[in-house]
Amino acid sequence: MFFLTLLLLLLLGSVGLAFFIRPLRKFFPLLLTLFTGLLLVVALFIPAQPFPKLEEEFSMWFDVIAVFSFILGGGNLLRVHLMKIQQKKRDWQYSIVTVTGFVIVLVIGLFKVGSKNWSDPYLAQGTAFKWMYDAVFVPLQATIFSLLAFFVASAAFRAFRAKTREATILLVAAFIILIGRTPVGVWLTSWLPNPLQFFHIPNLSTWILSVPNMAGQRAIMIGIALGIISTSLKMILGIERSWLGGDES
Amino acid sequence: MRFKSTYWFSLSLLLFFIHPLFANQVLSPNPTVTNPFVEVAPENVVAKDLPNNSGKVLQVSWNFPDTLPIMPRTIKIYRYEHDTISKHIADVTPNVKSFLDTSVMNGIPYRYSVQAEYPTGIVGGLISEPAIAKAEWFDRSKINLFVIALILVSFILGYIFYSEKGQRLFIRKIAGIQAIEEAVGRATEMGKPVLFVPGTQDMDNVQTIAGLTILSSVAKMTAKYETKLDVPVSRSITMSTGRETVHEAYLAAGRPDLYSDDIVHYITDEQFGFVAAIDGIMVRDRPAACIYMGAFFAESLILAETGNGIGAIQIAGTAMPTQLPFFVAACDYTLIGEELFAASAYLSGDKRSIASLKGQDMGKAFAIVLIAVTALFSTLSVITGNEFFTNISTFLLNLTISK
Repeated sequence: MFFLTLLLLLLLGSVGLAFFIRPLRKFFPLLLTLFTGLLLVVALFIPAQPFPKLEEEFSMWFDVIAVFSFILGGGNLLRVHLMKIQQKKRDWQYSIVTVTGFVIVLVIGLFKVGSKNWSDPYLAQGTAFKWMYDAVFVPLQATIFSLLAFFVASAAFRAFRAKTREATILLVAAFIILIGRTPVGVWLTSWLPNPLQFFHIPNLSTWILSVPNMAGQRAIMIGIALGIISTSLKMILGIERSWLGGDES
Repeated sequence: MRFKSTYWFSLSLLLFFIHPLFANQVLSPNPTVTNPFVEVAPENVVAKDLPNNSGKVLQVSWNFPDTLPIMPRTIKIYRYEHDTISKHIADVTPNVKSFLDTSVMNGIPYRYSVQAEYPTGIVGGLISEPAIAKAEWFDRSKINLFVIALILVSFILGYIFYSEKGQRLFIRKIAGIQAIEEAVGRATEMGKPVLFVPGTQDMDNVQTIAGLTILSSVAKMTAKYETKLDVPVSRSITMSTGRETVHEAYLAAGRPDLYSDDIVHYITDEQFGFVAAIDGIMVRDRPAACIYMGAFFAESLILAETGNGIGAIQIAGTAMPTQLPFFVAACDYTLIGEELFAASAYLSGDKRSIASLKGQDMGKAFAIVLIAVTALFSTLSVITGNEFFTNISTFLLNLTISK
């Protein structure tokens, strides 16, 4: 509690000071980042309270900020599209659809249209919001998601053209994995004797996935982990400050 | 009458002297032993504090034979606070041999009794030694992580201090990063916009931050070449940060007049709603360059294939291993994993950021050496069966596995 109060005071104090003194507008966020970053790193190794609680509290604070910023996002969406409609910019008709959809969903959700009690969740059975979610939102989402099937086919067609040695290896590996996951793969090489079972297509497919593929993925993961550590360290120490808009001012 | 008083006095005196013999039974709630040859009681009741936690939890364990003549219906666990008050805290199934009591306070001694309830009655009632829950100030199970983190941080900080002395550091060229300027140049020549998508995650994701640092460099280029930049985002906080980033980049490029808040605009938090909107923007505005930098999920291929369909030059960067193949298949250049984090250092040319890349490389070298040595000793251990090799390989494996 003491740490949280201290942090809150630091936050409020820095916002207040930065508001009046322009050079402090970047210094205080950097100080706050340093303090919070170090605190959360330390919290990973200290199981005694209040450190584990701090992690929970911080993510809760983030959620609170995100809720408030949603108003900012919604406001921006409305502003951009209303301006487009007003100025009759290119394709302004689509903006009418966006604004109408936004307002209808917002009103129905806020006033819980069709709900018997105010205390019911907004997605309760029988509400207009639930109906819209099931009848409009879910099918639209599924439609966009199902486009993936066609895009996978077209991307695979381009990627698997055996123009180079690497592309040929990729093509062969993909072919083995695809065949190995189907009954045809099992049937094709089922006659192989026991000593040659490694070359049975489903076994070969599993081997490709669990050995070369896994080795590559792990190498990428190690690189990513190091990149995350380095980026986090640069932010905590204030070396990386483009998230503050750079260090030009 | 006299006999009666003497009788009662003697009985009271006897009870007074022998009552300590029954003390444990008094503590134990209903310790009925019905048939000791059939009903087996839990033995060796031990209560202990668990290490490496914030306290407020005690583990009670007991022994119970695996094969029993009669299975008890349930195992009853009682807790004693200050040795006087007993409280029934839980019933567990007979096959369970331990219980975690999470309702204890730190610093207070607790004793436990475990009893088996049979259809014929309850047996057991042995009381454990007292145990006290306490919070630890260092999680010893994470000491390996702590040491490795310390080594990596030392490498990075070491190189940063080294670069501060004016030493020039070499970093290899990354084709994807070099292609960014080429892509912006192409968009300028064609008079078409540059589309930049900083992923679909919020600012608490380090990939989004890496994406925005690249956006800063891209925005400087678009400001310099007077090219239109379009940055649709799926999170409100990302929108605010993105605006600040682009605004400062336009200021730095000396073209604040070209900046507009509409460059970075919010669409929706919904994954596929966001994708549908960006696909619409791509098809209508036909940007000459599409840059995707950040965390992506299933939307990666939908975006990249649409971009490919409109003939845009596409550069992607993500640290999501599952999405990398899609970007590699559909984009012209892809920043794989760590390259996404290296891009901002590379583009900014800041010597301290470049130094941190060298530190990262040293960390990679350390990981390679550790993996090679572990593989070597594990192989030697399997081939020779030598205890020395086995111990070393076990130690190295434990070192890299976080508990």
